[in-house]
Amino acid sequence: MLTKRIIPCLDIKNGRTVKGIRFENIRDAGDPVELAKWYAEQGADELVFLDITATNEERKTFAELVRDIARHIDIPFTVGGGISAVADVEVLLQAGADKVSINSAAIRNPQLVQDLARRFGSQCVTVAIDTKYTEATGWKVYARAGTVETEHATVDWAKNVVELGAGEILLTSMNNDGTKAGFALDITKAVSEAVSVPVIASGGAGTMQHFADAFQEAHADAALAASLFHFRELDIPDLKAYLKTEGIAVRI
Amino acid sequence: MDLVIVDYKAGNVQSVQFALERLGVQASLSCDFETIKAADKVIFPGVGEASSAMAQLRARNLDKLLPTLEQPFFGVCLGMQLLCEHSEEGDTDLLGIIPLPVKRFETDLKVPHMGWNQLEKLQSPLFEGIAEGEYAYYVHSYYVPLSEYTIAQTSYPEPFSAALHYKNFYAAQFHPEKSGPAGSQILKNFLAL
Repeated sequence: MLTKRIIPCLDIKNGRTVKGIRFENIRDAGDPVELAKWYAEQGADELVFLDITATNEERKTFAELVRDIARHIDIPFTVGGGISAVADVEVLLQAGADKVSINSAAIRNPQLVQDLARRFGSQCVTVAIDTKYTEATGWKVYARAGTVETEHATVDWAKNVVELGAGEILLTSMNNDGTKAGFALDITKAVSEAVSVPVIASGGAGTMQHFADAFQEAHADAALAASLFHFRELDIPDLKAYLKTEGIAVRI
Repeated sequence: MDLVIVDYKAGNVQSVQFALERLGVQASLSCDFETIKAADKVIFPGVGEASSAMAQLRARNLDKLLPTLEQPFFGVCLGMQLLCEHSEEGDTDLLGIIPLPVKRFETDLKVPHMGWNQLEKLQSPLFEGIAEGEYAYYVHSYYVPLSEYTIAQTSYPEPFSAALHYKNFYAAQFHPEKSGPAGSQILKNFLAL
């Protein structure tokens, strides 16, 4: 049976992981390759690396890092952050990334999604959607790392990018992100039911139950978390053992 | 051993090369007819869309060469589908080495079939040391139905060909290069054939 995926997300700046990561048994937790290997051994199903650097010069460092990651880990990984053109994607895929994640660039230029899908195949095009709910607007899509509200209603936008060729949606609820109060089940469910491609729930994971809810109630295909795993508040083997007892298909 | 990965700009050849490197094996990348023909073993990766991949093969005359090869050959993911007769993806004629069709998933489940799924009914030296029900990583929207050449199957929700064997041609729909230790073992098994 196809299993639900557990995905740690690593933020990368200047080729190093950011956030104070606590790992006693890793020599250098700031080294993305070391950390990625550790997560792969822990049973992570995929990894996401987000480049949060700003300049083009730093991006070159990122492509080198992607190559280094591909050389050392044997599970799939997605890279994202600042991708705005087909040429950016070509470099990252050639370096060994399995998928790329695009966000603001898809909003600025939806044609990019189609171009990428045609050139490289839908299977490697993940569209990341940052969404926020307010009473006045409902669930809206936000651009530029969640700083700019767009005109797009979230479900419509998700359908739109899938139509253009996105092979996967990474949905982050800004309302939930960082709260540890659980994933945004309603919008995750609405998006998951509206599109034919897999949906990754992101933002708000705090407990093992939250992951079970994302899979069972919101029908997410995968769930992503960052600090929860990095700070070892939750270890993946324990999480997967729990999900299994809840009757959820996981790879153990 | 002279191991060549077919490099036709339609696949993530780098990942396969790295996976072999982790096994201590150096493989060279080539799209050159003579180099491929002279290799002891050939690996044929592929991701992306079938008709553009076929166009890339034709541009290098590889559509003529690959069917004539006699050494152990391993097609991976799209590389497996391309060995077949015809794909529903872009209504594409394929290499026609293995007389099987490639169909699109018609299911209420999510497509692409993306993630870790189980290998069952393993029946080939390719799966030496691999347990029934072992997980492998998949990303694909098209599949090869079960056939007499099926040497492993996976269900989504109906069973389909996870791997094929026809003469000297082996193929896997999943990505051994991304399937953790089990995937490495399968690559190792291919190298030992």
